[in-house]
Order: sequence, then C-alpha cells, then structure tokens
Amino acid sequence: MSMTTAAALPELRDPAWRGRVFWFLFALVLLGPALVATEFKVWALFSPDNLRVSAHFLGDFFPPKIEPEFLAMVAREAWRTVAIATAGMALALVLAIPLAVASTAVLSVSALSGRMRLLPFVVRQAIRWLLIVLRSVPELIWALVFVRVVGLGATAGVLAIALTYSGMLGKVYGEILESGEAHATTSLLRNGAGRLQAFCYGLLPQNAAELTSYSVYRWECAIRSSAVLGFVGAGGLGQQMDTSMKMFNGSEVSTMLIVFVLLVWLADWASGRLRRVLA
Amino acid sequence: MRIELEAVAAKHPAAKVEAAPALQALDLSIAQGEQVAVIGPSGAGKTTLMHVLACALAPNAGRLLLDSRDPWRLPVRELQRLRGRLFLAPQTPPLPPRQRVVTSVLAARLPSMSLWASVRSLVYPIGIEQAHAALTRFDLAPKLWDRVDRLSGGERQRVGLARALVAPASLWLVDEPLSALDPTRARLAIDTLVSASAEQGATLVATLHQVDVAVSRFPRVIGLREGRLVFDLPAADVTRDLLSRLYAQFEHELEGAPPVADVGADAYKPASSPLICR
Amino acid sequence: MSTPGDSRAWSSTVRIPPPPPLLHVRCMVCWIIVGIGLMVIASFATLDLQLARLFSVEAAQRMGKFLGELLSPSLSPEFLAKLAIASLETIAMSAVGTVLAVIFGLLLAVPASRTHEGDRALARGPTRLVLNVLRSIPELVWAALLLISAGLGPLAGTLALAMHTTGVLGRLFAEAIENAPPAPGFALRTQGVPEGRVFLYSALPQILPQLLSYTLYRWENNIRAAAVLGVVGGGGLGQMLAFHMGLFQMSETSSVLLATILLVAMVDLISYFARRVLGR
Repeated sequence: MSMTTAAALPELRDPAWRGRVFWFLFALVLLGPALVATEFKVWALFSPDNLRVSAHFLGDFFPPKIEPEFLAMVAREAWRTVAIATAGMALALVLAIPLAVASTAVLSVSALSGRMRLLPFVVRQAIRWLLIVLRSVPELIWALVFVRVVGLGATAGVLAIALTYSGMLGKVYGEILESGEAHATTSLLRNGAGRLQAFCYGLLPQNAAELTSYSVYRWECAIRSSAVLGFVGAGGLGQQMDTSMKMFNGSEVSTMLIVFVLLVWLADWASGRLRRVLA
Repeated sequence: MRIELEAVAAKHPAAKVEAAPALQALDLSIAQGEQVAVIGPSGAGKTTLMHVLACALAPNAGRLLLDSRDPWRLPVRELQRLRGRLFLAPQTPPLPPRQRVVTSVLAARLPSMSLWASVRSLVYPIGIEQAHAALTRFDLAPKLWDRVDRLSGGERQRVGLARALVAPASLWLVDEPLSALDPTRARLAIDTLVSASAEQGATLVATLHQVDVAVSRFPRVIGLREGRLVFDLPAADVTRDLLSRLYAQFEHELEGAPPVADVGADAYKPASSPLICR
Repeated sequence: MSTPGDSRAWSSTVRIPPPPPLLHVRCMVCWIIVGIGLMVIASFATLDLQLARLFSVEAAQRMGKFLGELLSPSLSPEFLAKLAIASLETIAMSAVGTVLAVIFGLLLAVPASRTHEGDRALARGPTRLVLNVLRSIPELVWAALLLISAGLGPLAGTLALAMHTTGVLGRLFAEAIENAPPAPGFALRTQGVPEGRVFLYSALPQILPQLLSYTLYRWENNIRAAAVLGVVGGGGLGQMLAFHMGLFQMSETSSVLLATILLVAMVDLISYFARRVLGR
C-alpha cells in the first residue's frame, strides 16, 4: 500500500531501483553458467554413497594417530617442510639481492646528470621483466617441472621456491629501494662513491628495517608454500599428507593437519615476533 | 513519556575514577508532552543527562523513572521495548557515510520494524513518503535520494533531526541540535522540532547553547552547571541575572559564538592493508 | 665556538672510546642473525639436496629435452577449444568460490567481532578459531581433502577455494567491522534495535567499500590459485596439466603450461592497471 502511494509521486520512486534490478539480474546471468561450469551439485555431496565414504573418512579423523613412530615421522617431515622453505628462501635471496640492486634506478650514475643512458636503462628494464616473469609462474608449476627434471624429493621444492620467491623478493625489494628518500644515496654517488658503496652506506641503512620485515614475512609464506608443494611430490609434510589421503587414512591425515596448522601458527607467531624485534 | 529523576548521579564509564561525576544529586520531573530546554556552560553535564535519560548510561546513584518504571530494573526484553520508545539525536549526527538519506532517516523506525521488513527496506525503502514528509519539514526534500557523505555539515545535522519525526518515540532527546546551522535554518529546525513533538504528543528535551532560542521557544528552561541544577523555571522567569550567574566565567558562550561543533562525517580509517602471501 | 677547554682537549692526546663490540651477549638482533644462519645451514645439511645432480650432464640433457618438448606446444583447434573451456572453468571456479566465501565470511565475521563496549562477544573466540583454521589450511590441501567427498572435478576445487577464502575474508571483515566508527550503531542501540538490524543499518554501509576491495583482491588471488588447484584433481587448467603430464604428452602439457602462465600473467596485468586507475 505504501508502495502504491509512493509510485504516485515520481520523485518518491527510488531512482536506484532499476540499476539494482539490472545488476542483480546481470549477476544471476553470470553466476548461472559459472555454477554449471563448476558442476556445482552440492547435493551430490549428501548422496547416501558419498555420505558413507565421507563419514567413514571423517570418523577416522578422531582419534588422530599418535603412535610414537608415526609422530616421529611427522616431526621429521614437518622439519623438512621448514627446511625446504628456509633453503628455498636462502637461494632466492642469493638470486634476488643482486638482481634488485642491479635494477634500482636510484643507483644509476648516468641518471645523476639528467636522463639515464640507453644501455643501463635497457639492462634495468630487462631485469625487471625477468623478475616479473619469475614471479608470475606459480611455484607449483615450477615444482611440477623440477620433479620431472631432478626427480621426486626436496630438491624440486627448494628450486621451485627459490625461483618464484626470487622474483617476488627482487621485485618488492626494488620497489622498497626506489620508494624512499634518495638524497643520501645520490649525494654519495655525486661525491664519487661506487654504486655498491652508495648502496651499502646510503640505500641499505635507510631501508634495512622494511627489507628484513618483508623477507621474514615471505619466509612465513614459503612455509605454507612448501607444505603445498609436497602434494606434487616435492617432499615434506605435504607429500606424506597426499599419501595418507590417497589411502583414505583419516587418523593419519588428522594428525598431520593438526601439526600443519600448528606449524603455520608457529611460523606466524615467530615471524611476527621477529619483525617486531628487527624493526 | 513522563520522566522523574531522583538524586541521580552519573559518570561516563570512560571517565577517571577520581573525577567528579558529571551529574550530581539531580532531581527533576518532566511531565508527559512537556517541552524543556537544558542550558548551561560547557562541561555542565548536559550530554551526560541526555545519555542517562536515553537509558544509554545507568546512574551511579539515585533513580531514573520513565513512566513510573525504573528502566534498569526491567527485564532486558522490557528495557529494549522501552528503548524503542526513546529517540536520542546526538550532537554529531550518527549517519553512516555512503548510506542514502532516505535509508538513514528510515533507520530511526527500526524499533517498530520486523527483521524481515528491515531487510526488505534495504532493497527497496519502506515508508518513503514518511521520510519525504519529515525531510520536507526541515527543507531537505530534494536530498531524499542523495548519499549522506555528499551533504554539508548543516544538512547532515538536519537529517539527524528529521529522524526524530519518523521514530516511533514518545520521548525525544535532542543534544545540541543547532550547532552546525546558520540562524535562519536554526530557527526553522527548532520550530519544527517543537511543533512536531507537540503534534505527536512526545516529550521533548533539548540541550542548547543558544540561550535566546531556549528562552523564546521553550516554555520551560533548566540551567545546569557542574552537574548540578542551578534553576528550573518557566522561560518567562529566566532573568538576565540568573543567566550571568549560570555562565559565570563562561561569558563568551553566553555572549555569542557557541563552540563550533565538528559534524563532518566520521573519517573512516581503513585498517592497514592485509599482508597476504602473494 | 671554541673555548680554552676545547682547544686543550684537542691538543692533548685524544682518547677515542672503543667501538661497541660487534657481538654482545645482550644483543638480541645478533642472536637472531646467528639463529637464522644456523637454521639455513641445518636446512641445507638435512635435506640431502641433489644440487650436484641438477648440474650434471644427465640433468642438463633432461632439462634440454624437456625444454625442447615444451617449445612445441600443441596448437590444434580442438585442443585450443578444450583449453579455452578449461580456462573458463578456472575463472568460474574462482568466481563461485569467492562468492561463497563472501557469504560465509560475512556470516562468520559478525559473531567474530566485538562491536561495542557492552558486547560480551562470547562467540568471538570460538569463531575466530574456526576462521583461523580455515585460513591456515591452503586451498590445495582443502582440495585434496574435499576430493574424497566431492570426487574429481571442479566442485572440489570450488569448495576448496571457498573454504580457505572464507577464513581469510571472515577475519578481514571482522576487523573491518570492529574498526568501523561506533556512533551510528550507538544511536540505533539506544533505540533498542536488536544487534542484527544494527549491523545491517550501521556497520554494513560503513564497511561496504572495504568489503568490496577485499573481495576483488581475493578474487584476483583465487584465479591464480584455481589455475593450479587442479593438479590434485580439482578441475580447471591444473587438472588438464596433471592429466597430460602424467601421460607424458609433452606438446599438450606445453600448451596447458603456456595457457596457465598466460592466464596468471593476464590477471596480474589487469589488476596492475586496475589498481593504477582506481588509485588515482
């Protein structure tokens, strides 16, 4: 009734109404095919057959398996997961730091007097593109490729993390180095300091806190990544989890999931503490 | 709604323990449908009084009775029902930016709307003509469909007042309704509040910095200073002398320029962007 | 200004205080650096990395062969059509997963937030625990878990994305709700309006822009994640990749790899420009 009186006066009709209806229908039209494409038959999850399998698997979750041998294995694999992340990060740093320093325009000597010369410009731009390409390929794909080349095991995981993370670190390091106040660095360069000297005495002290904070945060991300990489055979907790899942062994999966979640929280906590201390 | 305060003392919970209560041993009685202005210098406890009357702040001592019932002794459900019959317009209009004026005004009707109706009203506003009528009385009809953050400070304050007209309330508590308005708008706003509350038979309690408005538009004026009642008189009996005693050492507030309130939209500070692995 | 005292100090032997020792027992940062160093060494020592094998002639040959095979992608029209369908499936997975996550994230964010001072927020702790668990388990692990109930295919991947993203968005939304200015909510609460309606009329309109930007950001992330989720069987391009790689069909594998990289790069590019346009 209120709607009819509202309709009588044109200025009392909601002017946004048509737009809302349009966008609602538009979203429906998009979402419909998307639901078809994703075979979104949730009810299939609750078919008797499916429920039986899921219930069995989930019922197996409790109690988690806590045999000493198994726990020792899980602890070893958890360490391997951390070790893969740490080793991968170390290699990524070895790659990323030189690339980031080489790509930093603040350290350009030719740019001190006007524009950068062509060759250094091309080199810096090429390095940036290389970093972007390294970063865009997901680590999981690198891992698949390396599992092919060096075989199953931790090596593939370390290399995958090293490559992807060198791209990410290099790109972000470059951005951090470029974003700050450049005065200290350029004046060092103007006074005849070399590029590395200018980096060590000008750019690095200025940005050290932000750089370390970001690196520690990335290490935390690397731990999550390395657990995931195990699923394609790159070693660590993920690989064991994959095996147990394929054998429908709920209690083993449950233990490993708990350990994994604890590991992630521990890394989260440690990285938070570290960043606070180093800041 | 009838109001009785018996020796009420109150203090904001965030205030320091040793700080003096903002209200001390206040006795007051306001009849159903009465229109009362509360004046007094800054820090007199006017806003605290409004919060006590709105049942937003429990008295530390003494008793508040609304229609002869102590709200703080009622069961929660009853208290909420009672709160539905109150309307408090804070000095800074509490309007979410990005909300449309129509929705903001109609939000005051939420106590009388079912959950389903309030959800439906977000999709297509229910009660557009009431909102329109209320805004018209404050000279804001063309802003019905505008977004709140596109309004000026004065317009926003008047939208905040227009909410009172649609609220299902029998007690209107209006805190500094004129702080962001120019004199013409202020006169219109206060006249509208006074006449609309009379039409609806609602009790109106307004705190004011503009002493002349209080004395000329309200039949009864209450003077508050340092949390205590200084006078409670019919407007005709409020003398120059009383006022200068009320505002001693705060003469500048009596003379003219009331402190300018910032009624701009609350600047929304988004949380620092989240760190996510990628 | 030089005083007589100054000049005497300069002329006599200047005693330079020794620099503070580089390593000091009380120096927290030094211990951390030593700790990190030890950890790196321990990592390399315990991992039995076959880096030597990587640089052996045999590995180089294999790498070369592999790269050679990758350089001849299959470009037959039928296969390209299949790729296009898989790409669309990937995007659909990410979209549906994100929409589900927004719905459930919002539903969980309300109990996970403490909205005003009198709010005891009893459900805050438990709900945050649930959100944290959802968030701590990566999409791919969720996918592997859900395969058991949902079977191979995009449904498992979509639900996996929804699970992880619900955790992420739920927490972000809860923080946004807690940070929203309290005045509008206070006004409605003094009118005795129940919490749910207070949320709809005061918190929700205030956090809507943040909600939208978080959602778009997560969607972007989810497209990338969806592209690789399939390698454990969760549908989309990833599943094709795992399938063809498992059968050693290298030219098809190469096409899928290229398509995946292209999709990810496109998302990166679009989001980069979108950010620049929106940032202005």
